[in-house]
Amino acid sequence: MMFLLTIDWAFFLEKLILIAIVITLSLVIAMYATYAERKIAAFMQDRIGPNRAGPFGILQPLADGMKLFFKEEIIPNHSNRFLFIMGPALAMLTAMMTCAVIPWGNKVELFGRSIPLQIADINIGILYIFAVVSLGVYGIMIGGWASNNKFSLLAAMRGASQVISYELAMGISLIALLMLTGSLSLKTIVEQQMQAGHFWNIAYQPLGFLIFFICAMAECNRAPFDLPEAENELNMGYHQEYSSMKLGFYLFAEYINMFISSAVIVTLFFGGYDMPFVNETLLTPNMAALVGVIAFFAKIFIFIFIFMWIRWTLPRFRYDQLMNLGWKGLILLALANMLITAAIILYRM
Amino acid sequence: MEALTKNVMEVDRRPMNFWEKIYLPAILKGMTITFRHMFKKKPTVQYPEKTRYFSPVFRGMHILNRDEEGRERCTACGLCAVACPAEAITMEAAERKPDEAHLYREEKYAARYEINMLRCIFCGLCEEACPKDAIYLSQTVTPADYARKNFIYTKNDLLIPDPVKDPEGFAKAKGIHQ
Amino acid sequence: MDITTIVFWFLSALALFSAIMVITRKNPIFSVLWLIIVFFAISGHYLLLNAQFLAVVNIIVYAGAIMVLFLFVLMMMNLENLPVVNKNIWMKFLGVISGGLLLCILVSTSKSAADMNLKTIIMKEGNIGLIENLGKVLFTKYALPFEISSILFLSAMVGAVVIGKKES
Repeated sequence: MMFLLTIDWAFFLEKLILIAIVITLSLVIAMYATYAERKIAAFMQDRIGPNRAGPFGILQPLADGMKLFFKEEIIPNHSNRFLFIMGPALAMLTAMMTCAVIPWGNKVELFGRSIPLQIADINIGILYIFAVVSLGVYGIMIGGWASNNKFSLLAAMRGASQVISYELAMGISLIALLMLTGSLSLKTIVEQQMQAGHFWNIAYQPLGFLIFFICAMAECNRAPFDLPEAENELNMGYHQEYSSMKLGFYLFAEYINMFISSAVIVTLFFGGYDMPFVNETLLTPNMAALVGVIAFFAKIFIFIFIFMWIRWTLPRFRYDQLMNLGWKGLILLALANMLITAAIILYRM
Repeated sequence: MEALTKNVMEVDRRPMNFWEKIYLPAILKGMTITFRHMFKKKPTVQYPEKTRYFSPVFRGMHILNRDEEGRERCTACGLCAVACPAEAITMEAAERKPDEAHLYREEKYAARYEINMLRCIFCGLCEEACPKDAIYLSQTVTPADYARKNFIYTKNDLLIPDPVKDPEGFAKAKGIHQ
Repeated sequence: MDITTIVFWFLSALALFSAIMVITRKNPIFSVLWLIIVFFAISGHYLLLNAQFLAVVNIIVYAGAIMVLFLFVLMMMNLENLPVVNKNIWMKFLGVISGGLLLCILVSTSKSAADMNLKTIIMKEGNIGLIENLGKVLFTKYALPFEISSILFLSAMVGAVVIGKKES
């Protein structure tokens, strides 16, 4: 057991606590995102929304969670039991894994240690997110196939083809951004945007942002891209056979995905934890970190709101429209965006 | 041909121009509409705490009335059952015993009086047919239930509270159907 | 025994075990799932070699895209009605011999190759797998093979489009 001694225990503990905080936070935010979703939907439809559990219905997510826990757990007879359970677990796992590389804030000085508010600053942060997102579709596919139900299978097929199609445009739109930043590390990208005289990346890549945002919506399976769920065509899609907390995991994973993709969009295009009009270098490190975290979460919440706003405004795409938009629209636009960006960079060199 | 209403709108079938084809302006327009709706007044009524105002002629659940001394007014003449177009009312008459004079106003009374609320169409013809002012349609809505048999309301469910023994309940029941 | 060694042995065992599972499963869907685990184990090896870019690209391309397409096709097929594969004993025999020979050749060449002789793996130190170095090498030293392979991909794409197009 000698090798255990070589680990920096304080570092280990620090990361462990950070992971626990981030995961708890994502779960709580996902929980309250369901509440926000229902409230926003209600307000946009001139209704009030859940308001019975606690003041303003604030305990509604707890009640919903409780209900899901106490529901009867049904595993269809002709399904593959192992894969049936693995589906929602994978969906949740891939949703949670993404938050490892997102810089939640600047360094914090605690107990004489300088703790960066990022679980892992790896130099290929964006690619890591990309890899995990591309794995997210396995949860849907495996769950849909293991249910042994034709609607679930159809939904799984739709989900897979949708994610693969939109991943391409997403990647190409990112390339244009990466040519500007010259780095794949999310931390570096944020720090570049915080420099004086440098605007947020949205100012340089408005088209890239638009493409990325649409693709993020498609990857999250959010309306108007919720074809794998499509309540009125596939009666719930890939999670039709699921009940109890396994269904809850699928629904939860969607909200966590939304939270994480909002965080990624903010990090890449909206300055991450950069509070506008505030010079962070003048503040004490802890103060700066606090301001940064608040700014970061405020921006994330705005994006979550926009996600919901779009969902409750636009109708669902038809399948051929979805494919046309992805392959004939977004990929071409992203390629053009990439070429133009490259040309401008060359010209200015 | 002249249009019947002013709400007729010609459908624009011209091919879309480039600006319309990228859909973004239309999407933004739609989003402003939904956003504006967030600040509109909500028509929701918080039901059990607040109730909507019912007009005085609203016809809800039936009540069987009593007179001032708390005696049942119904004399089981059967006119309401005859008038009922849905055949929701059944009753059985009985003769009043001498020691029951404080319970029933007339010499004949309804021993059994049932209204099937699933058949009832709340037309109010029973109320009009009653010569003794015994049946009224109140302003309460019939509550939901799980079983069909619970919708057959017996005399116990229908009778108004006794004004002598329970003046408060009586006033409340009366107040609703004013 | 430091952590790197333990992780190396664990990943190697995992990769070999899952690879065996890939070829022994009756249901091809399970084969694909085990294959994904193999890719993860290999990506782990790349990480040990400090080749983070290769590790992630391996996951994005193989686990994230190609295996999804494999699953896609396999799930669409009706697997119960497939004809039974020809199980001639001589075919099996020949297969074992040729596979074994290939293994022998691979092992002997890699053992005797001058490039690899007397060298141990540099854990956590090499930086050829980092995105910057890899990009530079690809676009200077190996520019020609890189472009040729991209032409190959392009022609494959054109071929796919031609095959996929409906006959008019």
